[in-house]
Amino acid sequence: MAIIRYAKDSYELEDDQSVLDCLTHRGVAVPFSCRSGVCQTCLMRATGGTPTEASQQGLKNSLTLQNYFLPCVCYPETDLEVALPDDADAQVVIPATVKSLRLLNDDIMHVELECHAQIDYRAGQFINLFQHQTLGRSYSLASVPYEDDHLHLHVRRLPQGLVSGWIHDELRPGQTVEIRGPGGDCFYIPGDTEQSMMLIGTGSGLAQLYGIIRDALSQGHTGPIHLFHGSRDLNGLYLFAELRELMAQYANFNYIPCLSGDDVPAGYATGRAHDIAFEQIPSLKNWRMFLCGHPEMVRVTKRKAFLAGAAMKNIYADAFNVSQP
Amino acid sequence: MSEQESLYEQIGGEAAVNAAVDIFYRKVLGDARINTFFEDVDMEKQAAKQKAFLTMAFGGPHNYTGLDMRKGHAHLVSRGLNDSHVDAVIEDLGATLRELGVKEELIAQVAAIAESTRNDVLGR
Repeated sequence: MAIIRYAKDSYELEDDQSVLDCLTHRGVAVPFSCRSGVCQTCLMRATGGTPTEASQQGLKNSLTLQNYFLPCVCYPETDLEVALPDDADAQVVIPATVKSLRLLNDDIMHVELECHAQIDYRAGQFINLFQHQTLGRSYSLASVPYEDDHLHLHVRRLPQGLVSGWIHDELRPGQTVEIRGPGGDCFYIPGDTEQSMMLIGTGSGLAQLYGIIRDALSQGHTGPIHLFHGSRDLNGLYLFAELRELMAQYANFNYIPCLSGDDVPAGYATGRAHDIAFEQIPSLKNWRMFLCGHPEMVRVTKRKAFLAGAAMKNIYADAFNVSQP
Repeated sequence: MSEQESLYEQIGGEAAVNAAVDIFYRKVLGDARINTFFEDVDMEKQAAKQKAFLTMAFGGPHNYTGLDMRKGHAHLVSRGLNDSHVDAVIEDLGATLRELGVKEELIAQVAAIAESTRNDVLGR
């Protein structure tokens, strides 16, 4: 019979037993509800082996690509190594050397990291960067794995931010830090290349959108791609030149810089990014959506996008989760 | 169509649930009578719950008990959930199925299953 490995223990699967039953019967605390592959409460990830096709039915494709599955309807014939989505030890710690640090604007630092071991990620995912063993923060990746040699982060200095303050003030090129990851399911999935895409981001939420856009364009996405990047003032609209250049290079890419403050020069949209986006494109049926940045913006926009016709499976969102100092 | 075919099979099984879930959830969120109850919920989790509910209402496989229904809605009952809100949900459910071209006799059966959870949902 197949062996199920979880944490440091191994469990033998009994006849006609689901992975969920196998684990819970032995006292592993896996949350569950419907036990019939519908509610997705028991979602787990296979870190070794391949989950059955049936156990991935109905999951968002960005989850199936990362080997997530539903253990309540998983009856594997071969061994599986599994983890809960929040298990930190599902990922190994990788040392990485700081290659360069440069300010993108007054408070966002571009951090370039060279990993000491191979890290498989998709543009748009995030990593956790550790100042020391128990103090780490999540940062989105702006790099594209097959185009950029190193990992790129956009770290905004937060008021009283422990890790961001340390990155801005003390970290130096040549230093080695520890990272863990990648994580997150907000990324471009190849296919449906003619689909229209809308990306809305505020502040340094642009990091992952920049990665996702370059990934989509490089993979031959031909449908229109509209990026709405919002900030209060001009200083917040970083990567302006790079995005304008990308727009000149790709006819299907459209960059709309949005300013919500008072002083709006010509050439910029006036208002909040998500309001402008819905004004310009009111119907989102069959659109693919990417929403990154301020949690309240992401929450409100997700709902509005859905009500404007975007299918739930086509809405990819990632909100900043700011830790309290 | 054989007489043995279950309600779930007649409606179209999992494919029908998948087709219905976005339409139904959109109707619920757009329904001013009930959408305040969904103001602050995580949409992904809520959509998964809607899917579980639809599967059950379509006569499909589920493991929900009356007790789950009570526990799952107790916080809403304390916020004023009452019969009129259950009525609205059943109405939105019917409208969803009509939009998908499901026959009225099947819609009535689905409504009856949803109706059977009313007292548990309202904690009576």
